[in-house]
Amino acid sequence: MSIIQVSNLKKSFGTLEVLKDINAEIQEKEVVCVIGPSGSGKSTFLRCLNKLEDITDGQVIIRGQDITDPKININKVRQDIGMVFQSFNLFPHMTVLENVTLAPIKVRSVSKAVSNEKGMELLAKVGLKEKANSYPGELSGGQKQRVAIARALAMNPKIMLFDEPTSALDPEMVGEVLEVMKQLAQEGMTMVVVTHEMGFAREVGDRVLFMDGGYIVEENVPSELFGNPQHDRTKSFLSKVL
Amino acid sequence: MDAISKAMPYLLEGLQVTVYIFIASLILGLIIGLIMALLRLSPVKPLNWIAKIYIDAIRGTPILVQLFFIYFGLNSFEWISMDKTTAGIVTVGLNAGAYFAEIIRAGIQSIDKGQTEAARSLGLTGSQNMRFIVLPQAVRRMLPTFTNQAIISLKDTSLLSIIGIADLTQQGEVATSATFEAFKIWFVVGVIYFILIYLLSLLANFLERRFELR
Repeated sequence: MSIIQVSNLKKSFGTLEVLKDINAEIQEKEVVCVIGPSGSGKSTFLRCLNKLEDITDGQVIIRGQDITDPKININKVRQDIGMVFQSFNLFPHMTVLENVTLAPIKVRSVSKAVSNEKGMELLAKVGLKEKANSYPGELSGGQKQRVAIARALAMNPKIMLFDEPTSALDPEMVGEVLEVMKQLAQEGMTMVVVTHEMGFAREVGDRVLFMDGGYIVEENVPSELFGNPQHDRTKSFLSKVL
Repeated sequence: MDAISKAMPYLLEGLQVTVYIFIASLILGLIIGLIMALLRLSPVKPLNWIAKIYIDAIRGTPILVQLFFIYFGLNSFEWISMDKTTAGIVTVGLNAGAYFAEIIRAGIQSIDKGQTEAARSLGLTGSQNMRFIVLPQAVRRMLPTFTNQAIISLKDTSLLSIIGIADLTQQGEVATSATFEAFKIWFVVGVIYFILIYLLSLLANFLERRFELR
């Protein structure tokens, strides 16, 4: 069974219909990249997967649980879905290590000692062990985003969502973040990545969804989608970005 | 000098009452302010209205009227009996609470929504997000305006002398009628208030540095 199943998902902000009819299935360990012009609904789609956006209509089933069911405990569902934001959203009043260990301690009630140990491991993994006691304000953009990834991983998520993780970065810092994401993909993490990094989508993605105007217009393995796009809208988008 | 040294014991007694009433009403005001701020931000409309009505009613009326309403008005009911001090604390506390509510609301709203999104995406509940993420950051931003309101409330306590609370101002009155040295006594009373407020702002500066965002 697929780990994420989306059927007839619709999302409106007031009268503005952003997602019109989204159907998608994502398998365990799959890396799915979502591309498309701005305003196409990519980020909204991603944010519906952990219900950061209220879902107007349709179904989103995460690991067998329909998260549109009002009876479901969404906090519980979110514990297993990590999310990385374009603007990092680190907690500025906490050290790097505290950022990483907050959720395990408060949400999963893991002891401080155990969380710290795990937190240091994760910081080592993203190459920032020596920054454990720094504050987010002292880090570069690339370092912040790597901390944000470590923070999400600290909850041992089954799925990781990335919302344009490199869009707010200076060009020379994009690589270090993509490198961490690539490593994560190789370890078998299920990932949904909204991105403008076509190189990443092509190299790391198992599948690419092209969105436009609130629909998934086309989806395929990267080589096909980039090499042999079927729809005119896909073609015109790719001709502009590649 | 003689008048002042004669008056000093009275004034210091009054100072104690002023400090006690100030601290008690500050705590009361903070609790009310936090609750009202959260009601004001709540998505539940009726809760919103309660907070809005409360804040508007307090801001729209003079504190002296509030004091008379609470001490004379409410006390006229048989089932309520407040002594002067309680009525004083309740008045200044309720009054400060309305202003604190607006300060806290503005502080909370000034925190970037991304902070809440990050916290919620990690599985934190709404109240955990408030407690660990939003409020600690908001408090830092609120401190300067918060200090202002605390100083205003401290000065407001001098109005309580009107209902006969033996605070610093009331004791100044007593000392003046005993010594007939109005100039000296009120000058000293002013200096004592000034020192109190100065100490308060030193404390606020210290707290601001401690909570400084890195």
